[in-house]
Amino acid sequence: MADSGVIDGPGRKDEIERAKSEGKDLTKEEKQRLRKEKKQQKKIKEKKDDKASQENEKEKKPVTSAAPASQPPTQPTVQKAPSAVPATAPVSVPASEASVPADKPTKTKAELKAERRARQEAERASKQTKKGETGQQAATSKPKAPPSDLQPVVKRLPEHIQVDNPDVLKKLAKKLERQQIPLRSDYGYKVSLFSHLHQYSRKAPLTQQLSIPSTVIHPAIVRLGLQYSHGIVAGSNARSVALLHAFKQVIRDYTTPQNEELSRDLVNKLKPYISFLNQCRPLSASMGNAIKYIKKEISNIPSNCKEDEAKNKLLNCIESYINEKIILAGVAIAKCAIEKQKISDGDVILVYGCSSLVNHILCKAFEKSRKFRVIVVDSRPRLEGKEALRRLVQKGISCTYVLISAVSYILPEVSKVFLGAHALLANGYVMSRVGTSQIALVAKAFNVPVLVCCETYKFCDRVQTDSFVSNELDDPDDLIVTRKGTTPLEGWENESSLGLLNLVYDVTPPDFVDLVITELGMIPCTSVPVVLRVKNVDQ
Amino acid sequence: MELQAVLMAAGGGSRMTDLTYNTPKAMLPVGNKPLMWYPLNLLEKVGFEEVIVITTKEVQKAMSTDLKIKDVKMKLDVVSIQEDGDMGTADALRHIQPKIKTDILVLSCDLITDVALHEVVDLFRAHNATMAMLMSKAHEFTETVPGQKGKKKTAEQRDFVGVDKSGKRLLFMANEADLEDGLSIRKSIMRKHPRMLIKTGLVDAHLYCLKKAVVDFLTENKSISSIRGELVPYLVRKQFSKTVNSQKLKDDTDDQTQEKNDGPANHELLISSRDEPLLQLAQERSCWNDHRGDMSEAYHGGKLRCYVHIMDQGLCCRVNTLAAYIEVNRLAPKLFEEPSVHPSADISERCQMGSDSIIGAVCHIADKTSIKRSTIGNFTTVKEKVKVTNSIIMHGVTIEEGCNIQGSVICSNAVIGRGADLKYCLVGNGQHIEPEAERTNEIIVGTDQLMEI
Repeated sequence: MADSGVIDGPGRKDEIERAKSEGKDLTKEEKQRLRKEKKQQKKIKEKKDDKASQENEKEKKPVTSAAPASQPPTQPTVQKAPSAVPATAPVSVPASEASVPADKPTKTKAELKAERRARQEAERASKQTKKGETGQQAATSKPKAPPSDLQPVVKRLPEHIQVDNPDVLKKLAKKLERQQIPLRSDYGYKVSLFSHLHQYSRKAPLTQQLSIPSTVIHPAIVRLGLQYSHGIVAGSNARSVALLHAFKQVIRDYTTPQNEELSRDLVNKLKPYISFLNQCRPLSASMGNAIKYIKKEISNIPSNCKEDEAKNKLLNCIESYINEKIILAGVAIAKCAIEKQKISDGDVILVYGCSSLVNHILCKAFEKSRKFRVIVVDSRPRLEGKEALRRLVQKGISCTYVLISAVSYILPEVSKVFLGAHALLANGYVMSRVGTSQIALVAKAFNVPVLVCCETYKFCDRVQTDSFVSNELDDPDDLIVTRKGTTPLEGWENESSLGLLNLVYDVTPPDFVDLVITELGMIPCTSVPVVLRVKNVDQ
Repeated sequence: MELQAVLMAAGGGSRMTDLTYNTPKAMLPVGNKPLMWYPLNLLEKVGFEEVIVITTKEVQKAMSTDLKIKDVKMKLDVVSIQEDGDMGTADALRHIQPKIKTDILVLSCDLITDVALHEVVDLFRAHNATMAMLMSKAHEFTETVPGQKGKKKTAEQRDFVGVDKSGKRLLFMANEADLEDGLSIRKSIMRKHPRMLIKTGLVDAHLYCLKKAVVDFLTENKSISSIRGELVPYLVRKQFSKTVNSQKLKDDTDDQTQEKNDGPANHELLISSRDEPLLQLAQERSCWNDHRGDMSEAYHGGKLRCYVHIMDQGLCCRVNTLAAYIEVNRLAPKLFEEPSVHPSADISERCQMGSDSIIGAVCHIADKTSIKRSTIGNFTTVKEKVKVTNSIIMHGVTIEEGCNIQGSVICSNAVIGRGADLKYCLVGNGQHIEPEAERTNEIIVGTDQLMEI
C-alpha cells in the first residue's frame, strides 16, 4: 500500500526486504534506524566541509530509513515507541536537509527528491493518525518541533533526588508548610556524588518539631514514622504491612466532614500523612504501590455509599490486599521454589542480609524435609544477617555466617544464591540492599545461579541503571564504631575533607540474575515490564 | 487524641512542712511564679491544649486568683479531691478514670524541668510501651539550707534503677527501703538481658506516660495507691513475669472486652489493639531486633515494656524538700527570658541590685538597699539600708530598716523588725521578727504550727 511512491533506486532492495518482513519484530528496525541516525548526526558534525558526496550519502540513508519508517505506522500497533521512531526519521531528514541548505545553497536532484519524500511521509503519517491513535498524532506533531523524541520524555525529576537544587527545596518547604508538616533538615557533610539526596540524622527525629499530642497527624502515623526512622520496622514487606495497619486506624477514626465526600476528602487527608512518612524515611516502592492501590480504592467508592459501609469496604480491601499480595504471594513463591526443585537435597544456599521472603522460603523448605545448608552473608553497618541467622538457626537449619568481604572465598562451596529484592525496576534491574549487586557479580563469575525472590507488588515503573541517581542515604553516624574504648571517627564532622557515606540500596543488572521467582511463576528479569503491563491492564 | 495530660497538684509537701503549712505546695512561689505554673508551662510549650488538674479545694481557690495561672492558655479541667491526704496518686487516677479516654501523661506539680518532652514520648510511641518515664542525674545541692544542723543529709533512701545496655529499657527498680537483705535480681531478667547497668544517683522526675490499659487495670486493682511507690515497680516486675509472656497469640484474637472480664490482672495489661495480627505480621517481617545474641525475637516476645529516658544535661528538679526549693529558686528563672525586675516594682535609684535577683510586682525598694542573688516576691516592702543576700522573700513581706538577711527564706506576710540580723533562717508565714533580733540557722515558725505532726 504504502510502497508505491516511495521507492528509489538504491533503496529498492531494502524496500522489498522490509515489505516481506512486515509484521516481524520492529525492535530490530528501530535499533537499526537509531544506529543510522546516530551515525548521521556524527557525520554532520564532523564533516561539514565535505558536502556533496557525503550529503548524498546522508540523504540516501534517511531516505531508505524513512521509507520503511512509513510502514510501521500502517501496522496497527498501540505502542508509542515505534511510532515515535518513524517520527524521528522524518525529523532527521529535515535536520540533515536543514544542514544541507545551510552548507550549500544549491540543491541537487537527489536532495530535492528526499525533501519531497519526507513531505509525502509526513502526510501519510498524518493520515494514519486520523484513522488511529492519539499517540501517533503526537509523534507526527513532533517532527515539526526540532527536539527529537530520542530525548527523555521525563521532564520532571522527582523531588527527592534534587536536594542540591535550592528551588526544589523551596517548593518542598512550601508544600510541607501548607500541609502543616515540619521540614526535616539534612545532617552532616554529604559525599559530593550523592549530594542530591537527603541525609538525615536519627538523633533529630521529626517529632521534635511536632506538638506532643499530635493533632495534625494521626497518632498511628506518628508512631509509624518514628518506627521507620528508628529502623524498628525495616524491610520492604514489614514497612508495607505496618503502613496498611496504620491506614486502617486512620480510616477507622475518620469521619466525613459536612458537605464533603468520603472518596475525595479521605484521599486529601492521607496526603499530609504520606508527606510526613516520606520525611521520616523515603517511601519504598512497595509502599508506593500500596498507597496507589488504596487511593484508587478510595476514589472508587460510590458517592451514595454510607460512611460506615464505605469504611468497612475499605478495611476489607486493605485486608485482602495484604492477604493476597503479601501473605499468599509468599506462600505461592515458597511452593513454587520448593516444588520446582529450586531447593534440592544437598544444596548449599547463599543468602544476603535479612529478606523476610527468602527466610520464609528456606523455613518452608526445611519443613518439607529438604536437606540443605545455608550460608548467611552479612555487611556493616546494619548487620541484618544476624537476624536472618537467628531465624534460620531457630528452625534448625545449619548455617554458616560470613561477612561480605569473604564472599569470594566462600562461593566455591555454594550451589545457589537466593536474594531478596526491595523493588524490581521496569528495565529488569533489581533494587536491593547495598551489597547485593556485589554478591550477584561474584556469583556470576563463579557460575553460580542467582535467584531473586520478589512478590509482584514490589514491581515498579521506574527505570534505573545505576545506584547513584536514586538511592537513600542513611544516618552517617551508624558507621561510627567504638572498639576497646576508642572511637576513631568520633569528630568526623570537624574534618573538612571527610565524608561518611551510608548507602542503603543498590541496583543489580539483569545479566547477573538468572531467575526471578514471583507468585506468577518463574520469570526472567526482562519480563518485568510484561508483568507491569498485565497488571496495568487488569486495573 | 493521642495523650491526655494529668497534673497531680494535691500533694501536701510532707518533707517541707515549714514552708507548706500555710501555703499549699502547688502554690509556693518559685521565681515569683507559683510552683505548678512550671509543669503547666512545659505542657503548653509542647503543644497540649487541655490538662486535667487534680488538686485540693484550697489550691483550686488559690489558682482562680493567681494571675500567672490565668495566663495559661490551656484549658484546665480541675478536679478537686479531699484534703485528708489519704489519697495516693494512683487513687487519684482511679478517681478520674471516667475522664480518661486515651493514654495519659502524668506529671507532678513540683517538677521543674526543661526536658525535651518528645524524648520520653517517642520511647512510648516507638516501642509501643506500657510505660515511659523520665529520670535525671541527681545534682548536689550547694546552697546552705536554713535550719540544718550538722550533717548535710540524713541517709536518703536510695533508688536502685536497672537499665539495659542501650540505657533506655527499664529492667529493675527498687527502693532501698524495700530491700532487706540485698539486691536480688531474678534469673529470668538476667537470661534475657545479661548486661544490666544499675544506677543509684538518679532522681525520679515523676513524669510518666502510661497506656490507657494501665488506668483500667488500676480500677480493677484497688490495692495500688501510689504510682511511684507501687505501680511503677509492679509494672517493671511484670515485664518479666512468665504468665505475661506465654499469652502470645491466644489473646490476640480475643475480643478486647472479653479480655477485660478475665480474672487475673495480667490480662488487662496486655497491649491489644484490634489489628494485633497485622502488627505481629509487621514485626515478624521486620529485620529488627532490640538485642543480639540469643534466639528470641524482638523484645523477647514480651508485650509489657517499660522505658526510661535519663537526662544528663539540663535542669530537672523536684521541689519536695527545702534544699530543693532553695536550689530551684536560683536556677528556675534562668529557664526563661523574662526581665528580672517586674515593671510595676518601685525601686529607688540608690538601690544596689545584682543582675541575678528577681523583684516581683508592686514592690517598694527604698534607698541604700543591697539585694544580691535573691528573689523578692510581690507586694513586698523593703525599707532603707537593708542588705538582702542569697535569700528568698515571698509575697507581702515587710522588711524594716537596717535589716541584714542572709541565706534565708522568709515566707509570706512576715514582718522583719528593724535592725534584725538573720542568717540562714527560715521565717514562717505571718511571723514577726522583733527588732534587733539576731538569729542564725533557725527555723522560726509559730507555736501553733509546732504542734502539728
